[in-house]
Amino acid sequence: MSKQYELNKELAQMLKGGVIMDVTTPEQAQIAEAAGACAVMALERIPADIRAAGGVSRMSDPKMIQGIQEAVSIPVMAKCRIGHFVEAQVLEAIEIDYIDESEVLSPADDVYHIDKTKFRVPFVCGAKDLGEALRRINEGASMIRTKGEPGTGDVVQAVRHMRMMNSAIAKISSMREDELFNEAKELGVPYELVHYVHENKRLPVVNFAAGGVATPADAALMMQLGAEGVFVGSGIFKSGNPQKRADAIVKAVTNYQDAALIAELSKDLGEAMVGINEDEIELLMAERGK
Amino acid sequence: MRIAVAAVQGAFVEHEKMLEAMGIEVIELRKLEDLSQPFDGLVLPGGESTVQGKLFRDLGMFDVLLEKIQDGMPVLATCAGLILLAKEISNDRKRYFGTLPVTVKRNAYGRQLGSFFCEEEIRGIGCYPMEFIRAPYIESVEEGVEILARVDGNITAVQYQNQIAVSFHPELTQDTRIHQKLVEMIENN
Repeated sequence: MSKQYELNKELAQMLKGGVIMDVTTPEQAQIAEAAGACAVMALERIPADIRAAGGVSRMSDPKMIQGIQEAVSIPVMAKCRIGHFVEAQVLEAIEIDYIDESEVLSPADDVYHIDKTKFRVPFVCGAKDLGEALRRINEGASMIRTKGEPGTGDVVQAVRHMRMMNSAIAKISSMREDELFNEAKELGVPYELVHYVHENKRLPVVNFAAGGVATPADAALMMQLGAEGVFVGSGIFKSGNPQKRADAIVKAVTNYQDAALIAELSKDLGEAMVGINEDEIELLMAERGK
Repeated sequence: MRIAVAAVQGAFVEHEKMLEAMGIEVIELRKLEDLSQPFDGLVLPGGESTVQGKLFRDLGMFDVLLEKIQDGMPVLATCAGLILLAKEISNDRKRYFGTLPVTVKRNAYGRQLGSFFCEEEIRGIGCYPMEFIRAPYIESVEEGVEILARVDGNITAVQYQNQIAVSFHPELTQDTRIHQKLVEMIENN
């Protein structure tokens, strides 16, 4: 394992207990930083607008991303399409801090993900179960997030994905050693990764929640379910009072077990993003890239 | 002996695990009420200084922590923690505790692609593994600050009275010697 990969996993460790916010302009990035975001995700359109606009969704304009890099001092992430290793090369060339190989954008390859071991820059990838998470880690991802269902403001799928991951980790942890070989075969991942989960009762990299988090209570829910931090996409800048909501979600992630504080934080936040229910969704982004 | 680890954001669990492995009782500081428990030493972990500094203030913890540091409580600060202690930050207008008379530079090695690992001498400890992750370094120190380590000429570890501050991450290694230094400081306090 390369030293750079270790350093990349460690940067994710520094983000723990924090909130990573989607932003589309330098101004939004500054609002996010001032509200206590531990990193920002620079993208041209937040997932809710990608859904509304339809069509092919690609990596953002590097100039726009650089504008955000200059506006804030916290780490800046950006998304490339699944399998689009040239978009990833471009993002590495502008020295992005983390690349999200993301199902939110239109996939560029319907079979292969990017060989992330070929890059020095770190990658975060979405996963809806343990198999997907370990396959992405095997490809070189140094951080995992649940897929959830981006741009919906509906937390149900993030919850489902986190629970699926947790139950698979619990199952592997309680297996006999001689059962791990078959489990590795079933999941389509190397034995070593399954053995790591068996020994450590967790993923070998940091695991955040993402996709549909819209309120402080949503964020605390994901933390209580075992997330090590939270991505909030459309939930903040699609709401009535982004600054106040961002601030409240940050505090709810730090004190996710303090219901009295979360009650205070949830007051007078203004309009939450309207959201789309699961059965109203026409495009399931979580089904992209397995 | 009981050590409190600031746990509002960042890599605090790693410090807790290391201290617990050394047989030390650890508590987490997430809100003001947590500060009413007795403790003998403090760890300010890595993470984002902007986030931690804001949360200390918003959660009402800032003044209590500042008072404890000023009163001589032994402190170990790593990476973001160093920024929080620094009296001056050369490339940022924000100031936090300001109890450590040094000038620090945030993200001094650039973005994540500038992150690196090396092994260098620490005064009184010896060769030590150092992980620099979007790390700061110290540009200058005032009188009374003992320089413990330099990497490529830049200051990466200092001690000033009750405060030890490093720009790298001992909590990510298996090497407990820096945490041991905190423990010794508490024992002699």
